[in-house]
Amino acid sequence: MEKLLELKNVHVSFNTYGGEVKAVRGVNLQLDKGESLAIVGESGSGKSVTSKAVMRLLPAKTSKIKEGQILFEGKDLVKASNREMEKIRGAEISMIFQDPMTSLNPTMTVGKQIMEGLRKHQNMSKGEAKERAINLLKLVGIPNPEVRVQEYPHQFSGGMRQRVVIAIALACNPKLLIADEPTTALDVTIQAQILDLMRDLQEKTGTAIILITHDLGVVANLAQRVAVMYGGTIVETGTVDEIFYKPKHPYTWGLLASMPKLHAESKELLAIPGTPPDLLNPPKGCPFAARCPYAMEVCVEHMPEAYDVSTSHKAACWLLDERAPKVEPPEEALVGGAR
Amino acid sequence: MGKYVLKRIGYMLLTLFIIASVTFFLMKLLPGSPFNNEDRLSDTQKEILLDKYGLNEPVPVQYVKYMTALAQGDLGISFQFDGRPVSTLIGERIGASAFLGMQSLILGTVLGLILGTIAAIRHNSWVDYSATVASVLGLSIPSFVFASLLQYYVGVKLQWLPVAFWTTWEHTILPSIALSLVVIATTSRFMRTEILEVLGQDYIITARSKGLSNARVIVTHAIRNAMIPVITILGPLAVNLITGTLVIERIFSVPGLGQQFVSSIATNDYPVIMGTTLFYSTLFIGVILLVDILYGIIDPRIRISGGKE
Repeated sequence: MEKLLELKNVHVSFNTYGGEVKAVRGVNLQLDKGESLAIVGESGSGKSVTSKAVMRLLPAKTSKIKEGQILFEGKDLVKASNREMEKIRGAEISMIFQDPMTSLNPTMTVGKQIMEGLRKHQNMSKGEAKERAINLLKLVGIPNPEVRVQEYPHQFSGGMRQRVVIAIALACNPKLLIADEPTTALDVTIQAQILDLMRDLQEKTGTAIILITHDLGVVANLAQRVAVMYGGTIVETGTVDEIFYKPKHPYTWGLLASMPKLHAESKELLAIPGTPPDLLNPPKGCPFAARCPYAMEVCVEHMPEAYDVSTSHKAACWLLDERAPKVEPPEEALVGGAR
Repeated sequence: MGKYVLKRIGYMLLTLFIIASVTFFLMKLLPGSPFNNEDRLSDTQKEILLDKYGLNEPVPVQYVKYMTALAQGDLGISFQFDGRPVSTLIGERIGASAFLGMQSLILGTVLGLILGTIAAIRHNSWVDYSATVASVLGLSIPSFVFASLLQYYVGVKLQWLPVAFWTTWEHTILPSIALSLVVIATTSRFMRTEILEVLGQDYIITARSKGLSNARVIVTHAIRNAMIPVITILGPLAVNLITGTLVIERIFSVPGLGQQFVSSIATNDYPVIMGTTLFYSTLFIGVILLVDILYGIIDPRIRISGGKE
């Protein structure tokens, strides 16, 4: 497969009054054309920051990509000028945001908001752009698009608004679609519809998707590959099956164990004890060491490298070193075992 | 929409009725009578005059008579200006005042919106800080001080513009600037805060994620949304201008309504006081109604009844 996006050792920091917060610390990722990758992790793990760094939409005054390369079709986006980025945003890479209630401009008709990108990137006339906007609304499953195109966001429900946001993102047939928690703000029933729609559209358009979420259910639904983020780094990557059935990193075990299971005997929800690391003073070693039940001395002192488990599966954990004791994942983390 | 406007006009009339009543009784509490200043009149002559204008009748009777005439659109006849109708007096004077007020309001809001937007975009830079200092000065220094300064420096020292009177358009520039300073200061302050607020909204990131340039994002997405709260203060600002004109007209010798109003109060010219107050009130209520309608045009969420065009 042809490589579409590659992140090499990306570091992003925020300047705050308290000092420099190192939100993303050496992320390596790659994505093929048409592939769908999920980035999972808890709040503050750096997943949204990573995706915003790709779009170069981080606040310019307070944040900085300190190091690394973001190669999109071989071109380094970190070094791209503002004007170059404006040509890429919306046309090559586009984004779906978390909250459809706030991500649309309340004083502009949805049609106009869809047409903006088309007019800019594809030099369409007003008439052509409007026709395309109607088609896009039809594509994302909005009934009566000829009328709806004239309406304002407040005349749409939450789920319908998210469909509009997706239509905006897909307007110029981007090669990469970044969806930042696209279903978090929606009702459960609507979530499923939106995920179905996204899967459907990906099959139709062949767009690659980066899906950012903390919901493992969403991951299983939509992604082919998963990257688990913790404390600003990627701790484990692999195919969906590898992450769900053969997880190697204790943090992934914890994530899977804390997923509510329908058939579990205990009604209690499991949680990972402790809190995520303070990225103002990030730990020297593995960021998960403080919460990890299997932590060894080396974990506190040295950051583990990514070990290859298979050609597609990598995990950054000292347990995979040949000198480490053999540890089996806890029973709660076994998704297969619950059946 | 039409139904809404009709309803609002109904309320407007009710408000005017209340204002007219309150002003009427308050005015009757003023000491003196319209003809006390006329030393040459004997007491009998004064009595005859008071009788002629119905001022000897009990106040409630006068009130009913005035309100009945008012309902028929008759504002009465002035005491001091040789028995000329109040409506003519207002009509003659309103031109200059309205021109001055409108020119200052337009100049002030346009400049204020631009300044506020620039200050917000250059947030926390010297541009922003100097705009803040300027607007604090503009708000805290009364307009008549500015007026005198402008007269002295621009009018007398530099001789660029006429110091006073109202003949050519050049004569309107200094009073308009003096009046509009408060408007500039207030709107630019508001606009700055609002633009900053709006720029932090999610839909601005959406707009940027479409690849729109910064300038385009601000013009097409930020300004319109930021203007919604700013429009609210335009009503009170317009009223500020009305009271402002009273002073400014005097300083620049503008033959406007304000000057006439002040002298009518000094001479107890009841019909003129009533007429001018009612005129100002109508203007004020009209401005508020206009602001509400403007609101609906700018913000589709408050478009009234049904919302579908």
